[in-house]
Amino acid sequence: MRQDDADGARQATAAPGSHLPAIELRGISKAFGPVQANKDISIRVMPGTIHGIIGENGAGKSTLMSILYGFYKADAGEIFIGGQKTAIPDSQAAIAAGIGMVFQHFKLVENFTVLENVILGAEDGRLLRPSLAKARAALKSLAEEYELNVDPDAVIEDIGVGQQQRVEILKALYRQADILILDEPTGVLTPPEADHLFRILRNLRAEGKTIILITHKLREIMEITDTVSVMRRGEMTATVKTAETSPEELAELMVGRKVLLRVEKTPAVPGKPVLEVEDLRVTDSSGVERLRGVSLNVRAGEVLGLAGVAGNGQSELLEVLGGMMQATGKVRVNGQPIDLSGPHADGQSRRNAGIAHVPEDRQRKGLIMDYAAWENSVFGYHRDPAIQRGPLMRNAAILDHAETQMQRFDVRPPNPRLAAKNFSGGNQQKVVLAREIERGPDLLLIGQPTRGVDIGAIEFIHQQIIALRDAGKAILLVSVELDEILALSDRIAVIFDGRIMGECAADTASTQELGLMMAGISSGKAA
Amino acid sequence: MERMPKWADVVLIPLISLLLAAVISAIVILAIGEDPINAVQLMVKGALGSTYGWGYTLYYATNFMFTGLAVAVAFHARLFNIGGEGQAMLGGLGVALVCLYLPWPHWSLALIAAALGAGLFGAAWAFLPAILQAKRGSHIVITTIMFNFIAAAFLNYLLVGALKPRGAMDPSTARFPEATNLPSLHDILAPLGIGFSKAAPANIAFLVGVLACVLVWLLIWRTRLGYEIRAFGHSEPAALYAGISPTKITVVTMMISGALAGMMAINNVMGEAERLVLNATEGAGFIGIAVALMGRSHPFGVFLAAILFGFLYQGGAELSLWTNIPRELIIVIQALVILFTGALDNMVRLPLERMFMAFRRMGA
Repeated sequence: MRQDDADGARQATAAPGSHLPAIELRGISKAFGPVQANKDISIRVMPGTIHGIIGENGAGKSTLMSILYGFYKADAGEIFIGGQKTAIPDSQAAIAAGIGMVFQHFKLVENFTVLENVILGAEDGRLLRPSLAKARAALKSLAEEYELNVDPDAVIEDIGVGQQQRVEILKALYRQADILILDEPTGVLTPPEADHLFRILRNLRAEGKTIILITHKLREIMEITDTVSVMRRGEMTATVKTAETSPEELAELMVGRKVLLRVEKTPAVPGKPVLEVEDLRVTDSSGVERLRGVSLNVRAGEVLGLAGVAGNGQSELLEVLGGMMQATGKVRVNGQPIDLSGPHADGQSRRNAGIAHVPEDRQRKGLIMDYAAWENSVFGYHRDPAIQRGPLMRNAAILDHAETQMQRFDVRPPNPRLAAKNFSGGNQQKVVLAREIERGPDLLLIGQPTRGVDIGAIEFIHQQIIALRDAGKAILLVSVELDEILALSDRIAVIFDGRIMGECAADTASTQELGLMMAGISSGKAA
Repeated sequence: MERMPKWADVVLIPLISLLLAAVISAIVILAIGEDPINAVQLMVKGALGSTYGWGYTLYYATNFMFTGLAVAVAFHARLFNIGGEGQAMLGGLGVALVCLYLPWPHWSLALIAAALGAGLFGAAWAFLPAILQAKRGSHIVITTIMFNFIAAAFLNYLLVGALKPRGAMDPSTARFPEATNLPSLHDILAPLGIGFSKAAPANIAFLVGVLACVLVWLLIWRTRLGYEIRAFGHSEPAALYAGISPTKITVVTMMISGALAGMMAINNVMGEAERLVLNATEGAGFIGIAVALMGRSHPFGVFLAAILFGFLYQGGAELSLWTNIPRELIIVIQALVILFTGALDNMVRLPLERMFMAFRRMGA
């Protein structure tokens, strides 16, 4: 009932084409203890537009959206929906006001079907059948209207991430949302999935829906938004028309200084082979062969970029080389054979052999989120005799060392006593990178170095990788971001379905050729 | 960053929880027609009002200290050791064998050997569930519970058979030789000029328990093994990444846990009974779970929680002796303490956090 009333009121005031903003925030402030997350933020979003909000991790984007969705209560300020002052004390009120939210981490019940997830919390009565039937019809029409096709009877855990995201959008639309907020929606998507999402968003805009897109990816902002607001350290620094700005200008507004969007590097001077991989094979627990005879080598002083769509065996390759997974085949590092399935197929032996590993999933693998930064600064190297005194660890020395290390790698805040989970993604990655680089490994395995990392930190991380290369170390880079592979690599190999499809020098590589190989089509030049 | 000061987290929350448990307990006592104020007075007087009462309180507390530490150590590796009871029983067997079958010139040597024996037997009893968990994925909660029953049956078998002296009527071993009898707190404190009840069972094992608390603290927060145990407990994939073997950590942690539970036997078997009797553990293995929960798996917390439960045990015994309040009510009170300090933690924590946030905002 309530929803219908709100609906009527909204349409009267915020119909597409009206001159009242769909959402207006005036002077929103929010503090968490001493931290001012949002400072006097005002913003107007016109109906039927896609409005980007860009800013580094920790700039206050998510806090602002949480206030809009009723998760937090602002300390000061007002919210106007369709020109009417609206209080949003909880998410129920936000939904009633026509706001839908698609979170970065989906809020779906894994073992429910799509349909069941869509009606969850919006059931019409005690019996499910009528609600399900109604939702099925609604989903069908939404799918046709917006290219939002998902099998309504598929179970969530069986469908891909891109489809799960569509379910989240459907949930919002089913609840009559006119304003859709998407928080870092492309973080988990492959390029084709992201393209599909953007088509959906354009369709929604054409129907007069208002979309707020939160991201830290400049390319997306330039590609899809009409207007963009930039946040830095809790403040709104600028709102500009996308057509009238450039990525360079936005990056500068975000970070507060000029940012190099391209990686500056000299041509590589490759030396002797450091990593030699021959016919590497891995079969997972369900009997599927994940690596089907991978052979490659990385020489000292070069970056080998391994391109490929996620799930084609690159994670397994990193885990085998990092000692987290058993395999068959031959791997040599500096000419010495590496144990792939015996008692020395573990992370400690790998580190002793001069292999450092920045894992793809830093939050689950590279760091202990509940450990303080100083404890994480020796994680994996904690058996180093230099930090032991008898049976005890020299905690004070580790703490001291972590402090200087954090300063050198510009980790913010430079407080080694803070738990890893309290750092932003970029700063977490710097903690991992500092740990793995500083012992001067002969070979660095690095997976998704800048996933979920803000733009200022990306620049820094890329510089560190190139500096390590220039110091004559071998680097195996795995990334699903083709731009990153192209920017950093000296040679590029493409992996598809557990096999290396081909290799080429980075300066002669064309995106088209690489794209074909990533799709499993071998090019004529492929080795 | 922190939502409230550390002292509030460590002191205020447990205190409020205890207060709530006490209030509900008072209501229950009222409901069965007794006077709660009188009951509290009796409990305090019985458990803390004399060195005799203290002697019992500390005796029980020592048991709970060992089993609580056992559970706490396993918790740090995210392993739920419910087998403290069985491991403590086997520890008793270790103590009995050491004391009965080896000649000892002095109690101090016997204590060291008995502690080792108890630890070894307890560790061995924890080893099997641990290796089953690590290699076969058999859930440790299930296997350790089952091992409690096996331990009970095994001791039953030994105490009516091989270990029972010929001609004896009750299922227990022979009395341990005089040289293995541990000094009681009375014996320890007398040279210092402090009078302590001669009849109370508290003995030198209490000091061993305190020492164990300190050693466990060192183990968890100062050693490499502790670092690896906690890392494994927080994230198994991360442990694997760092080259920490899940099998090794699971087995080693459980064996340390089992050894601690087993060492309880130097208190109840060697220090008090001076022979091994049937069901010597009296459920202390299970109380250890509550003690570890309430102590937040921190050795100092375990120490305090053990004293509290020792007080509840002794006070409860006094209560049933002098009033019509049945002994079962003590179990109700203990359950309420566990409920409020363990299960309903957030009920106290969240409002308190909000209060501190509000204070801070007003101050800012």
